[in-house]
This record gives sequence, C-alpha cells and structure tokens, in this order.
Amino acid sequence: MFFSPELGHYALALACIIATAQGIFPFIGLYYRNSLLINLTYRLAYGQCIALSVSFLCLIYAAVTNDFSVENIAMNSAVSKPLLYKITGVWGNHEGSILLWAFILSLCGTVVSLFGRHSLPTSLKARVIAILGLIAAGFELFCLTTSNPFMRIFPAPWDGQGMNPLLQDPGLAFHPPILYAGYVGFAVPFAFAIAALLEGHVDAAWGQWVRPWAITAWCFLTCGIAAGSWWSYYVLGWGGYWFWDPVENASLIPWLTGTALIHSAIVVEKRNTLKIWTILLSIGTFSFSLSGTFLVRSGILNSVHAFANDPARGIFILGLLGIVIGGSLLLFAYRAPLLTETNSTLFEPLSREGMLLLNNILLCSLCAVVLTGTLYPPFMAILTGQTISVGKPFFDATTIPLAIPLFIAMGIGPMLPWKRAHLWPLLNKLWFVIALTAIAALIASHKFYGLLPLVCATIAIWIIIASLSDIAQRVALLRAPFLTSINRACALPRSVIGVAIAHIGVGITVLGISAMSQAQHLIVEMPIGTTKHLAGYDWTLTGIAKKPGPNYMALVATLEVRNNGKLIATLHPARRHFNTQNQTIAHVSIASLPFADLYSVLGKQRTIDHTTTYVLKLHYNPLASWIWGGALIMVIGSAFSFSDRRNNHFRHILHRQHLSPSVIEAL
Amino acid sequence: MTHFSPLTRRRLLMSIPLIGAMGIGFSFWKMLTDMSAGTFNSHDINTPILNRPVPYFTLPGVIPQQGFSSTELKHLNTPVLVIFFASWCIPCLEEMPILLSLKNFLPLWGIAYKDSPYNVKEFLHNSGNPFTRLAEDRHGLVGIDWGISGVPESFLIGAGGIIRWHNPNPLTEETMTHILLPLVKKISS
Repeated sequence: MFFSPELGHYALALACIIATAQGIFPFIGLYYRNSLLINLTYRLAYGQCIALSVSFLCLIYAAVTNDFSVENIAMNSAVSKPLLYKITGVWGNHEGSILLWAFILSLCGTVVSLFGRHSLPTSLKARVIAILGLIAAGFELFCLTTSNPFMRIFPAPWDGQGMNPLLQDPGLAFHPPILYAGYVGFAVPFAFAIAALLEGHVDAAWGQWVRPWAITAWCFLTCGIAAGSWWSYYVLGWGGYWFWDPVENASLIPWLTGTALIHSAIVVEKRNTLKIWTILLSIGTFSFSLSGTFLVRSGILNSVHAFANDPARGIFILGLLGIVIGGSLLLFAYRAPLLTETNSTLFEPLSREGMLLLNNILLCSLCAVVLTGTLYPPFMAILTGQTISVGKPFFDATTIPLAIPLFIAMGIGPMLPWKRAHLWPLLNKLWFVIALTAIAALIASHKFYGLLPLVCATIAIWIIIASLSDIAQRVALLRAPFLTSINRACALPRSVIGVAIAHIGVGITVLGISAMSQAQHLIVEMPIGTTKHLAGYDWTLTGIAKKPGPNYMALVATLEVRNNGKLIATLHPARRHFNTQNQTIAHVSIASLPFADLYSVLGKQRTIDHTTTYVLKLHYNPLASWIWGGALIMVIGSAFSFSDRRNNHFRHILHRQHLSPSVIEAL
Repeated sequence: MTHFSPLTRRRLLMSIPLIGAMGIGFSFWKMLTDMSAGTFNSHDINTPILNRPVPYFTLPGVIPQQGFSSTELKHLNTPVLVIFFASWCIPCLEEMPILLSLKNFLPLWGIAYKDSPYNVKEFLHNSGNPFTRLAEDRHGLVGIDWGISGVPESFLIGAGGIIRWHNPNPLTEETMTHILLPLVKKISS
C-alpha cells in the first residue's frame, strides 16, 4: 500500500506549501537581486508538479483498487464499474476535478519553466512562475480545506454508489481534462499580464511570448467545448447540441474573450499597439474561466450539470475569486494607465488592425450578451424576487446580429494590409468571392427553409470562399504558371495558411449550425417489421434483442435505413438498465453520412393485444457532424499557425533573410 | 472632468472593470449568504406554488378543440387535471395510455407546449386523444409562469382554480391509483 490515500493527502499538502514558496521566493529574490532564490523557483515548479502527480496517482490507485473507505470513491465508484471509467471517474466529481485543475496548473508552471528557459528575460519569467504558484497555492488550499478527495469514512461500505450512468461514456471521460487544460491554460497569459503590469513594461516581444500560450489554451478550450457539445448531442438523446445552459455559457464566455485575445495579441506582436487592451483581455479571459468553473459548483447558477452544492464551499471560492480577480483588476486600474502606447501607430479603419479591432469589439459584445443572459435570472431573483427564464429565443435574437458582421469581417480581414487599405484593390480581390458566394447562396436557397438559416449559411460559405481565395491570391493561382504557384505556396508563412484553415473551420461550423436548424424528427410507436418514412428515408425496425453489458443490461433495437430500397445504414439504438443505480438510460445510435446524421433513440416498449410496440425517436440532422468537424479544423489551423517558425524569437531573425521580399510584404 | 490630471482620468477609466467585477462579486456573495440562510434558492426559482390560484393566462385552442384561460379554471366546481405535453417528447407518448384510462375519472385539459398544431394533431391522432380541452402554448411563455421544468407535467386544479397537486414527472399507473385518484375523491367530496 505505497500509494495510500494518506500519501496522496500528504502530497497535496506538500504541493500547497511548495506552491506558496514558488509564489513568494521570486519576489524576494528579485528584490534582493538574489539569483539563487530565482533559480530555486524553477525547481519548486517541478517539485509542485511531481507532488501533485503523486497525489493524483494515489486517488486513481484508490479508485482502481476499489478502496471504498475513501468517501469520494465510495460516493462515485462501484466494483462493477469498467476500469476505464474507474480511472476517468476520478475527475468526474467535484473533489477530483479540483485536484485535476490544480495538477494542470502545476503542469503549466513546469512547462513555462522548461520552455521559457532561454528566450524569456529572467525577471519576467520568475514573476510569471510566481503568479502561477500563488494561484495554485490558493486552489490547493481550497482542495485541502473544503473539498478533500482523500477523506476516509468509517465504516467503509461494501460497494460504492456508482457514477451517474450518463457519464459512463468515452466522450465524457476525456472531456473534463481537455476543457480544464483550456481553462487553466489561460492562467499563463494571465500571469504574463500581471507580470507585465508589475514590471510596467509591455512590448512587441511580450505579445510574441503570450500568443503561443493563448493559442494553446484556446485550442484545448475549443476541443473541450466541442467535445461537451458532441456529448450532449449523442448522449442526452434530445437531438440538440447546445442548450444555452449556464454551464455551457460558462465555457463559451472565456472562449469568446480568448478568441479576442489571440487576435489582439497579433496586433501587439506585429504593430506594438493595443497593449493595454490585450492585458485586460488576458486578465478577463482567465477571470471568466475561473468564475465559470467555480461558480458552477456554488449552486448559484441553476443548471442541469449539478455538482454537489455547498454554500460554505461557495464562500471560499468567492473569496478566492475576489482575491485573484479583484486583486488583478486593482493592479490593472493602478498600473495600466502608466503603460503608454509607445510608438503608437495610427491606423485607418479599413486595415488589418481595423478589422482585428472590429473582431475584438464584436467578440466582446457577444461575450457581454451571453454574460447578461446567463446572470440575468439569478440577479433578477435576488434583486426583485421575480423569476425569469432566459433561453434560446433571447440568445438567438441577440447573438446572431452580432455574429453576422463578425463573420463578414472575418472573410475580409486577412486580405487587408496593415495600417491602411484601399477600397478599390480590395473590391478587385473580392468581386470574384462575392459572385461565387451569390451562386452558392442560390443553390443553397433550394435546400433551406426560412430566411435566417439561409443568410447564416450564405455567410458561412462566404467565410470559406474568402479564406480560400486569400490563399489563391497570395500564391497567384491561375495567374502565374502552376509551378510558381506551388513554390509560392511552400514559401507562404505557416501562420497565413493556419489562419485560412482556422477561418474555414469556423465557416464549416456555422454551415453545420445553419443546416441543423432544418433538422426533421419523428416520434413513433413501431411494432417489429414496420417501416416509417422520414426525410426521404425508409426506417425499418427489424429486430429487438437483449444484450448484457459490463454493468448494465441492454435492450438493443435494429433499425435499417433505406433510400429507394438501397440500404444506407443500420442503427442500433438501445436502452441500458444500470442495476447499481436502478436507472435506465437511452443509448443513442447515429450514422454519420457526409451530409447528414441519421439519429435514433429507443424509448419504452408497450404490449397491447399481444403486439409489442416500441417507441422510437428518429431524427434527420443535416450537416450535424460539420459542427464538430469545423471545430476540429479550427484547432488544426491554430496549431498549424502556432508551429510557425517565426514564433521562435531567434529563428525569426535568422529566417527573415531567406524570405523573399514579396513574402515579407504579404505578412 | 477637466480638473483631473490625464493620469487620474486614465486610472478612473481603467477602474471600470474592477467596479463591474466588484458589483458582480457582491451580488454573488449576497446570493451565497442568502442561500445558507435559506432565503434564496436558485433551484427553487421555478417551483409552482401549491394551494394558490393558477397564474393568469389565456391560450388559443388547437382547432377543432377549444382552448382555455385561467378565468375558466377559476370558475370550476369540479377538479380538472391540466397537463403540459408535447409531440416531441418520448415520455409524453409513453404517458398517453394512462391518460386515456384517466379521462374516465376526471376531465383532462391539455396544453401543447412549444409545439405546432399540425404535429400535435398528428400525435393525438396516432396515440388517441384524452383531452376535453386542448390549448396551445406555442412559445412556452405560459409554461414559464406555471414553472414547468420539462414535459410532461401535470397539475390538479381544484375548485376556484387552486393548484392542489403538482407532478413534474410522467404519470404512471401507481401515481394514478395511489395518489391522484384518492386526492380527486377527497377534493370532490
């Protein structure tokens, strides 16, 4: 019993102390110019990470070995639970997820220590690690005092209570770590912002250091949100993918400001302006990440994703949030005015900076709208005692008018030069795109019912065509010999290609969302052997069978979907009965065709006059998988631009000499 | 504003985020303390109030059936079961056989929640129609006033339009025979 819960508990306490030292030593070291103390910081960051890994391993070990004397395991695990979910179930509950949160934060500190070794100035780096340490210390203290995952109970039960069966799903198993990596990742830009405020100095290099971190965190957050939305699509069985639930909004808000951040950081890096704004965005994004993850657990927001609520825990969290967010905003209010926009270059509204600024304004307005919609019900309840529900109609009416200009600007932005663009050359580049989009819209108008979905789909097509045409223009496709175009394409900076890919991803997602508004569904009672007709397909229920699973009993239906007599897909929707929790859940079966999802849910069975009928919910969801596919493409594009060699400060200088003047012009 | 120095002015401008965050933070603190004191519960926001009159509303019918309003419910002398349902919900379909047997005991007034008349008619045509009155809450606004959290939900309305019982789940054989029908008998006598 080396990996005992007590060792885990001890390691967590140790990590908390190390983190405190990591947060204090660099400031003392910088004040007394003691390089030993500063160098010690990096070792402390590694140490904290090691201690937390041990702590985490101990919890996983307790879960795998069914140690039900640990309260957390007894509440959330069971002997019959499959091994994978015993491991992933560790972070499926409040206590475990806080531990995971702290672990990822310590990992960020370690990575900053390792990677920023030579490129970052010592003082900036020491401050960044110190701030990460202070945040970590706060949350480890929270974990130790109010949500200790290693608490023992006596007498230990024979078997645990098991996990919510809805969570027993591979998609959800890895959703929290990815999402948390996104949330926590924004702690690094935050720490950079605070360090910059403390130093009273921000320059283009600062933007260059922050941007990779912001992009990495953004990629994880995007993946996390997409995975969560996909999970609700195929596990909850409602056929929807986004419900404007407070918990979903809590992840969307930092995503919006994070998206604004990765764009405004470009302006800092390339033009050395918008610095104060970028600092505020860094602080804001992490503040929203923190508030989102933690307020969900306080019980204030009325949500379906309920964690065990405890007001005492809430007060601790709120105090911690007050210190981190309040403290950083106070520092911002005091120090940011001293940062002057040196070399502050003016730019025209029609320019790359202008478009990036527009992007920031629109994204922040979107964020404000979503924030208002999310906080309005509890605020009205506390202020006036009125009960109000804010849902899809509000969010549709407010977000779409803001999103449309954002998407239009997205197509134009990357084509514009810095500082000042002229209208004529732009229109010259764009007439072809506009014409193609118009043709595509005409074709789409046959497929879409309703004006708004058609407008959204047209704009999605606009983004895709504009991004493709930007690349085509840059490589002079069809205007120069084909080989020249290929050569030019190879010489294009990766960031340019990455931007185009990421923007095409957005277009694909928007196209998927527009098409999903055209989804059709049907609830039917079917005896075996009958056929129903939906969206041009014949759905035949051919059989029902009982199948045992690892910790459930399943009733599995076989549905054959035919189009003009040709078999398109065979679906197996099921109902799983979990004995431990005495709960039955529907297991959705989906066939993803390139242009639509065939989606089926099995309901209850009923016998009347010796005929057994089965309730089935059938959906035809056009372009559904494009929503998540687009998100994945966004991430690939961002990662590609992140791999741009120019992100490395030293190579940047070396490589510039090899680039042709035309390419430098294109940057 | 002219007597402030430029730096002070910038500082005031840049304290706006801080002030906003403090406002939000204070409200959250108030909610948390009220929650531990038991005077505020965000999860209870939508709980309908038992033994109080039904909220005010008027709803059109799903043609050819007649809709109804809160006034009509308030002028009742015998109990009525009001049921929120939708054609897009599986439990609603599963509840239908119970409702069909229940209509022999008391009148059932249905409210089609966030649904189109066409789908509702199709749904009732397939499953059988237990409702004597059938109203349409196309945008779900009346549902909010009644505080429903999903469909199906049923409310037993006693004389004078008083909500006597609320069931936020699909009706089952058990709830019907053991809870609902004894309660109806008690109210009627």
